[in-house]
Amino acid sequence: MTDLDTFRSDTRAWLEANCPAEMRTPLRSEADACWGGRNWKFQSDAQARWLEAMVGRGWTVPDWPRDYGGGGLSADETRVLKEEMTRIGARPPLTSFGISMLGPALLKFGTEEQKKHYLGQIARGEIRWCQGYSEPGAGSDLAGLQTKAEDKGDHWLVNGQKVWTSYADKADWIFCLVRTSAESKQGGISFLLFDMETPGVSTKPILLISGSSPFCETFFDDVKVPKDQIVGEVNKGWDVAKYLLGHEREMISGMGLGMGGSLGASTKPLDPLLRAEIAAFDVDALAFAAMSERFAAMWKAGEAHPASPSMMKYAGTELNKRRNELTMAAGGSDALEWDSERGKSGATPRSWLRSKGNSIEGGTSEIQLNIVAKHILKLPGA
Amino acid sequence: MSLLSDDQKMLQETAASFLAEEGSIAKQLRHWRDIACKDGFGHGLWKQFAELGLTGICIPESHGGLGLGASEAALVLEEIGRNLTPSPFLTTAVAATRAIEGTAHADRWFPGILSGDAVLALAVDEGPRQAPEGTALDAKRQGNGFVLNGAKQFVVQGGSADMIVAAARTSGSPGERDGITLFAVPRNAVGLAVDSQAQVDSSKAARLTFSNVELDADAVIGEVDGGWAPLSRALDAGGAGAAAELVGVASGASAMTLDYLRQRKQFGKLIGEFQALQHRAAHLHSEIEIARAAAFKAAQLLDSGNDDAALFVSVAKAKAADVANLAVREGVQMHGGIGMTDEHDIGLYMKREAVLGELFGDVYFHRNRVAELSGY
Repeated sequence: MTDLDTFRSDTRAWLEANCPAEMRTPLRSEADACWGGRNWKFQSDAQARWLEAMVGRGWTVPDWPRDYGGGGLSADETRVLKEEMTRIGARPPLTSFGISMLGPALLKFGTEEQKKHYLGQIARGEIRWCQGYSEPGAGSDLAGLQTKAEDKGDHWLVNGQKVWTSYADKADWIFCLVRTSAESKQGGISFLLFDMETPGVSTKPILLISGSSPFCETFFDDVKVPKDQIVGEVNKGWDVAKYLLGHEREMISGMGLGMGGSLGASTKPLDPLLRAEIAAFDVDALAFAAMSERFAAMWKAGEAHPASPSMMKYAGTELNKRRNELTMAAGGSDALEWDSERGKSGATPRSWLRSKGNSIEGGTSEIQLNIVAKHILKLPGA
Repeated sequence: MSLLSDDQKMLQETAASFLAEEGSIAKQLRHWRDIACKDGFGHGLWKQFAELGLTGICIPESHGGLGLGASEAALVLEEIGRNLTPSPFLTTAVAATRAIEGTAHADRWFPGILSGDAVLALAVDEGPRQAPEGTALDAKRQGNGFVLNGAKQFVVQGGSADMIVAAARTSGSPGERDGITLFAVPRNAVGLAVDSQAQVDSSKAARLTFSNVELDADAVIGEVDGGWAPLSRALDAGGAGAAAELVGVASGASAMTLDYLRQRKQFGKLIGEFQALQHRAAHLHSEIEIARAAAFKAAQLLDSGNDDAALFVSVAKAKAADVANLAVREGVQMHGGIGMTDEHDIGLYMKREAVLGELFGDVYFHRNRVAELSGY
């Protein structure tokens, strides 16, 4: 047996012993996930036990260094852990923007003090983070953002407005892009971290076509932020932001995964023309799953093109929209009920509507194609 | 692990420089096409494949081969696809080699394959689409052997082959997997008519007519009535290989097209500056990367004997054919008028894609197989 085989059998046994049965059912929506944070109320004992067990091994962030609350696993071990969790249908113990977005940026750009302080909290699910990027006047043109942070000697004074802040109303802290200089568009942006309970911060949920409110408008009115809560250098926040966007895109691209095969198998009788479309989709979905594995390995090994998350995000989100279109088609009129018990409170149509945002949030598909054309294909004038 | 090992990277580099230099469109495809060569490929190049050890890539070390697998074959095939190199590599060194491995026929044919002297072909299709279960070529016992009657088509390089691996029915009915037997048929067998025809891409494929072709019992490859296992092995290896070659075709067409976007001017601008074309090129790039990942995963699963290998062979073949088809259509369209000329190479990619797309099962065959293997 190789070391990896031993790791696999040990992991399998540990998961069997420690993953509660209730945590081996699929997440029906984002609302089923464990998000953690100061105000988190566990939905069940099992959810709490599962988080505690995984935190104990550092496996909420298996590939982060042990010093920062991670499991210190290699790329191969991380993959094996993922495979073993998938094998028993284990839910992620913790879903968080701290893990998928801020953490990687802190690992790269944070000071040692910041890493020690923030990463451990993220790994243990103690602080729930939100992302303050887009503004009413800065969507696809993100670098045009206007939220201002003035240097007041012992603190930054932040004024302005963010929009599409995911779960800002539930988050404990925000990582936020602010303008610290008007002299340069991209070169006048800084990356701040601050507590959402700081006086002057307020939020207002936005109701979406899906009927849910995962996003907020967020307002800053004379918010005082301590000087050491900046990541990277002043006016160099765009580098942090771009790096983090890569991870956000990687995360969103993951939504295109899974489902290969299950859609057709669960719908009977299946119209032959619909079956053909589902089969065409499954080919694309399984091929994309192979790409995701390859991309993860390349990313980890530093062999991936820095702009490749844009490609993954584009392909994954377009695939997820297509899957939802097919789920609606396969469901027929059953898939139209909005809040019935039988229709699981409209899970299918709500997911379908929510998926339309996938190719908008984190940079639209059109922006991703621009990035691929410019940075990977090096086409002229792109 | 989805990244290449150091040995695989070295093999890839060797294959890439060899095929770019010796297997180029000008030296091989156009040359043999323009002199109307009967084989559609050059035996000299096949010898060079052998000198590099490539003809024995899937042949076990115990037989003198490299003892590698589908993953390494895929690396070579991607370069073959990129250069549109005509050669018997896929049919002989991959598919037919898999069909006869572990049988007495391996001892008979592996030395010739290793030296680059032997060419083998695979005769499966009996209609215009692949349907291996539908094998109807009749093989009846007669004395100590068999007598074959029926027909095959799309036997790639059948006219050049020294030996043809033919799937025939020894029992049961068309539609059943049991009752199929593989035979090693010499091309010059009495009663075998070989009608070799140029395909749209200038490669050669034959229609075979079997009229009382008598074969000894030792012509059977593997077990009588048990041909499905070696046949599936050959078809899966062929399918995964064709997927890799299609990824190469797509990459080659795409690279040529991107070059054109960077140099062709209209309206006083490079046409690559137009966003309408940039987005299509970026979409195509993303699709090719996905197809490459799928093709490599299929090969890796075949090599590790994974239960999902058949599923992923079909995913890879369907995806790669789809994507290569997109690449050649976009290629010709973005080249404009010059893309319609025989003088320009982009059209040759379109022709090759058509043949490879069909070989070892088309997109619809493999989508259907994905659905069946997924339980719907």
